[in-house]
Amino acid sequence: MKVSLTRRYRFAASHRLHTPRLSESENQRVYGKCSNPYGHGHNYSVEVTVSGPIDPATGMIANLAQLDPYVETRILEAFDQKYLNEQVPEFAPEKSLVPTTENLCRVIFQRLKGFPLAHLDRVRIEETSNNSFEIEESLDAAA
Amino acid sequence: MIRITRKVEFSAAHFYHNPNFSPEENLRLFGKCNNPHGHGHNYTLEVTIAGEPDPTTGMVLDLKELKEILQTEVIDRMDHRHLNYEVPELAGQIPTCENIAALIWKLLLPRITRGQLDRVRLYESPDLFVDCTASNSNHNGARA
Ligand SMILES: [Zn+2]
Repeated sequence: MKVSLTRRYRFAASHRLHTPRLSESENQRVYGKCSNPYGHGHNYSVEVTVSGPIDPATGMIANLAQLDPYVETRILEAFDQKYLNEQVPEFAPEKSLVPTTENLCRVIFQRLKGFPLAHLDRVRIEETSNNSFEIEESLDAAA
Repeated sequence: MIRITRKVEFSAAHFYHNPNFSPEENLRLFGKCNNPHGHGHNYTLEVTIAGEPDPTTGMVLDLKELKEILQTEVIDRMDHRHLNYEVPELAGQIPTCENIAALIWKLLLPRITRGQLDRVRLYESPDLFVDCTASNSNHNGARA
């Protein structure tokens, strides 16, 4: 039996899906409304899954008193109420990484994978209640 | 292979305290959850069984049967109970979501005789859940 713990966090941010690698009309065709130059936003819900042995002294894989602030400083403070295209270094224009939620999964996974107290298994993001995206360490070369 | 999942809910009280630690250490480790008067949660349990549907019945495992197993192993034991005092299987353990889910896994494992116990997912709140999966499961990483 393997045990994992999943905690859900929330943040709101704006983004624009647009890449200089494509022409204006191709951007329009690929991203549609999401390419609107003024951007738009989502209430993102992020599930962070960690695994490891249950510490018999605490009964926990990872104490939320440690996981919560780790996610707070690396994700929520960096992304909440921000414009992802300009205020998150990984999506800075010179990186030409489009802030789709696929790429956001990878960025968040990279930012969290150094968590010292348990193993990061998975990051799952709901961009809206209808669209979700997930990255799992064993299934993604970039994880 | 098909996976089937049954959901049940129960409500229980608990608090976190390790008698080997000082009161200050307990408060530092467990925060508000250390309150000796306890607090409670509405737990949501999802139990997933994996297997091949029986060629005659078309079922992996009759969900009525699974419902009865969950009633006797989980609901009768834990619903409207104080997990620190009324569940002997948790004696000496901190009744965290991890330990409760692991106990439910252990209780169910010998009871599932058709299909295979694939996952136990226990929500303590909509924002916190624990998964127990079979070591050979293709959940979490080794997906086919
Ligand atoms: Zn609690």
